[in-house]
Amino acid sequence: MTAFADPINRATRKLPAWPLYIIGAVPPAWLFWQGVTGNLGVDPVKVMEHQMGLWGLWLLIASLCVSPLRRFAGINLIRYRRALGLLCFFYIVGHLLIWLLLDVQLLSQIWADIVKRPYITIGMIGFALMIPLAVTSNNWSIRKLGRKWRQIHKLVYATAILGAVHFILLRKGLQIEPILYLGAILALLAVRLVPNRRKPTR
Amino acid sequence: LAPGLARAQGYSTDETPNSFEEISTYNNYYEFGTGKSDPAENADTLTIDPWTVKVDGLVDKPGDYSLADLTDGMTEEERIYRFRCVEAWSMVIPWRGFELADLLDKVGVQSGAKYVAFETALRPDEMPGVRFPVLDWPYREGLRLDEARHPLTIMATGIYDEPMPKQNGAPIRLVVPWKYGFKSIKSIVRISLVDEMPPTSWNIANPREYGFYSNVNPQVDHPRWSQATERPIGGGIFAKRKETQMFNGYEQDVASLYEGMDLSENF
Repeated sequence: MTAFADPINRATRKLPAWPLYIIGAVPPAWLFWQGVTGNLGVDPVKVMEHQMGLWGLWLLIASLCVSPLRRFAGINLIRYRRALGLLCFFYIVGHLLIWLLLDVQLLSQIWADIVKRPYITIGMIGFALMIPLAVTSNNWSIRKLGRKWRQIHKLVYATAILGAVHFILLRKGLQIEPILYLGAILALLAVRLVPNRRKPTR
Repeated sequence: LAPGLARAQGYSTDETPNSFEEISTYNNYYEFGTGKSDPAENADTLTIDPWTVKVDGLVDKPGDYSLADLTDGMTEEERIYRFRCVEAWSMVIPWRGFELADLLDKVGVQSGAKYVAFETALRPDEMPGVRFPVLDWPYREGLRLDEARHPLTIMATGIYDEPMPKQNGAPIRLVVPWKYGFKSIKSIVRISLVDEMPPTSWNIANPREYGFYSNVNPQVDHPRWSQATERPIGGGIFAKRKETQMFNGYEQDVASLYEGMDLSENF
């Protein structure tokens, strides 16, 4: 396993995380530009809304992969996890803004949707849980919060499940794609339950 | 005013139709996949010639009709209709077709018949989407006989001057403009006259969300979203939503069909 992990760890040792923020800004900017110039098909608002949501889910899943990769494959990408998490948050903010401003448009209907529609309620709760995580994704908060920081950041597990359920519920009929995402997320959470045998139990 | 004249003038909207490209690249036809562009990408495999439609049940002339025999003697005309999807988007579509009533007269509806049931082709070899149990295939729909006989209800065989694209339900489909789009069943292979309300696909899949009638109604929300407004397709990313009209704007023509019915109960 180390034969596989070592080269990756060596290669990434010198790669900083900050370029991820720049790279991460490219897809949404490109998507918006494609929408403005009429290159997203006949229903561009839905394409933008769904694409931002889906990319956000990918980033969430990527961030959930970091610790199992370190534990089970010895690949250490921990330095990129904050960037993945924050990018996920920004993408979901974008997803939400597209829904608010370009799709629903009406303030009264937005509030009605949030309280009346289970899939939107669930999506909004998932988003709300991300806010404390995004706000505390900095070194100062880690130092300040100490042990509590790790506990707070376990909220991401709930966010991931809520995000996947939101995806399943918004489709007409029971569809395979969102179920696969929920399956992947549940698997990534389940591996965290594997007892750590290397730890001395005293 | 003679009925014929009223027809010619009255049934098309003067709103600007969507482009052929918009109409034929943005489709819900789950037999070819659940994405909006899946049908346009996958439906070319559908064999539409030869095409047979089984007509059965309470009719004088049941049988397996070839498409040519079925449509023989029907008067085709253009009907520009608003089209409102249950997903809250809408288009304006210039259909070409004939009135279902004429077809029903041709096959002879018997007195006991109360409903018309329709079935879409089910071809696992040609339809990649039916591998997944999104719906209980084959796709089925139905109308009450008076709805089916309403002059707005047509069997469509084309869009603009083109034959019906496969992704839009070639070679022959139903169009019921005052109901949500999923009632307008595509690629019909069977028409049955029956005496009881027939099972319909979306109603089977989720009776709480999709009723038998499924008339466009801004006051009756879908459980998961409001039906008060709709997004017109084709307006770009800053397009304004518009208010959904009762019976999709055909209230004058069809409201009498539902007199005395509680429309939030019979949604």
